[in-house]
Amino acid sequence: MTSTTTSLAQTGTDRHLPLVLAEQVTKSFGNHQVLSGIDFSVETGEVACIIGPSGSGKSTFLRCLNALEKPNGGRIRIDGEDVGFNYRKGKFHEWNSAEYAKLRLNVGMVFQRFNLFANMTALENVACGPARVKGESKKLALARAEELLERVGLAGHGHKYPMKLSGGQQQRVAIARSLAMDPQVMLFDEPTSALDPELVDEVLEVMKSLAVGGMTMVLVTHEIGFAREVADSLAFIDGGVVVERGNPRELIANPQHERTQQFLSKVL
Amino acid sequence: MTQEQVAAPPRLVEQPGPGNTVRLRHPGRLIVALLCIAGISWFVWVLATNDHIIWGNVLYYLTFPKILDGVLVTIQLSILATIMGLAIGVALAMMKLSANPVAVWISNLYIWFFRGTPVLVQLIFWFNLAFLFPQLVIKIPLTNIGYMWDTNVVMTGFTAAMLGLGLNLGAYAAETVRAGIQAVDPGQAEAAASIGMTPFKRMWVVVLPQATRIIIPPIGNEFISMLKTTSLVYVVAGNDLMTNASQIYKQNGKIMELLIVASIWYMAMTVIATYFQGKLEKKFGTADRPITGKRQRFSNPFFSRDNLAVLGQRLRTEPPRSTP
Ligand SMILES: Nc1ncnc2c1ncn2[C@@H]1O[C@H](COP(=O)(O)OP(=O)(O)O)[C@@H](O)[C@H]1O
Ligand SMILES: [Mg+2]
Repeated sequence: MTSTTTSLAQTGTDRHLPLVLAEQVTKSFGNHQVLSGIDFSVETGEVACIIGPSGSGKSTFLRCLNALEKPNGGRIRIDGEDVGFNYRKGKFHEWNSAEYAKLRLNVGMVFQRFNLFANMTALENVACGPARVKGESKKLALARAEELLERVGLAGHGHKYPMKLSGGQQQRVAIARSLAMDPQVMLFDEPTSALDPELVDEVLEVMKSLAVGGMTMVLVTHEIGFAREVADSLAFIDGGVVVERGNPRELIANPQHERTQQFLSKVL
Repeated sequence: MTQEQVAAPPRLVEQPGPGNTVRLRHPGRLIVALLCIAGISWFVWVLATNDHIIWGNVLYYLTFPKILDGVLVTIQLSILATIMGLAIGVALAMMKLSANPVAVWISNLYIWFFRGTPVLVQLIFWFNLAFLFPQLVIKIPLTNIGYMWDTNVVMTGFTAAMLGLGLNLGAYAAETVRAGIQAVDPGQAEAAASIGMTPFKRMWVVVLPQATRIIIPPIGNEFISMLKTTSLVYVVAGNDLMTNASQIYKQNGKIMELLIVASIWYMAMTVIATYFQGKLEKKFGTADRPITGKRQRFSNPFFSRDNLAVLGQRLRTEPPRSTP
């Protein structure tokens, strides 16, 4: 399904673009080439999972999507708009910091290590974006934050500082914080990897409810079971390129590429 | 193995306890302590019985109006100079961490200059600014709209003192603030960016409040040190405690008494400042807010107070284990 829309966009016979479209994205740190031409697209409402060995560039790619990293080459478009540039009269004009900030209103991110604001309570963490970035009234923002905390199963924990919460609770607050901005797409970078095993499920449960609710998600994960059950597509990234991509069940059951077979045999 | 053997009571082991232990003596400690007490007593005795110090005068001048005025000015000066130094320090730290090479360069130059010259020299410089600029002018360029002041009127001992001390502290505070900002986990700023905060907001809403906790103890120290550095101000007649004390003893020759009076007040101010420093540290305390996920001060749960209590309990009640 994704491959056909991509080709339509490329041939230009249809103005429809996928919500997230990355073409030939490259990135290096010094001499170390981490991404060597990634092609990737995500449709509205799609749950796109990414797997791959450690150090293969998954986090770097995800961070390129919300411009926490600047790619060295290639083109990323979200909702049809270039990331990092304004395209006018055949020229790409670089963004200023306000334009970067505006993009990130639309693209939520959940980090492996939660990164909750340590100087705020759980409730303030969630209300912070709407109140201090979007300019909503504090009262409204706090009321909505309360609702969101309830939605991730943390009613009554709003007054606690992050340090007083378990890893699973912290990650659910982080998801609520991201949700509070009403993003069009949410990026998850191994959201359960830093958690004790018994806390993984409560976070996956929340993510599943988001997926069912129609949220567009790009998810880097090692939870193959979750990918098989919830994802619409699964990509295997290795050596800075998308080695293989397709329907999760088919890809897991019947990987075409040798590197995919090797990787899956290790994690399954 | 039979059931009875497993249920057998733990064997009794002879172990050291209050009843059968001979405590180690420390005769060396006792001797040193006695010598110290003797030395201090002698010193106090010599001071108290010295004919050249009239303690009644010390008591009299302790609450002398001019001394009290000086105490007030010293407190004002310390607070204002510290606030000014902190503001400059934050600005310099931002410049030093910015991507603009000119800003970085200016910040380094400032820090180098103000740390490289004695604060006494700076104080005298500001006080004598009128030699360089007899008039201070603020006006819109190419017009006649603006204000003009006589430098000698503006640059009183107090203003010169505040400028000198504040600008000087700014250079030291800059390094403290920069270190504080850099100690905050970069993930915090990234998370702030990811919900659409501009660089300024990331700094103001997320990073600086967390850096504050790291910055407060050293800045508290700077303030306490500032209370006494203000005494240098007497060279520019800043009307602080030391200026006023020196003016009195220059008239009546009671140098020792007035130095003792000033010292008592400086010590009293230090005690009070130390108390407030403690309060402030508690308010921004470590209890419920870690600096980062990784860099918690007491991150090892093994050493938490609860655990140690439990551990102590266990050591007291459990029979010795068979495996090491
Ligand atoms: N900021 C950085 N500076 C230098 N090297 C980096 C940086 N970020 C990531 N890398 C390197 O890029 C490679 C890919 O990292 P990453 O995208 O985190 O991989 P993954 O998430 O797939 O484990 C790694 O070798 C890592 O060391
Ligand atoms: Mg990673």
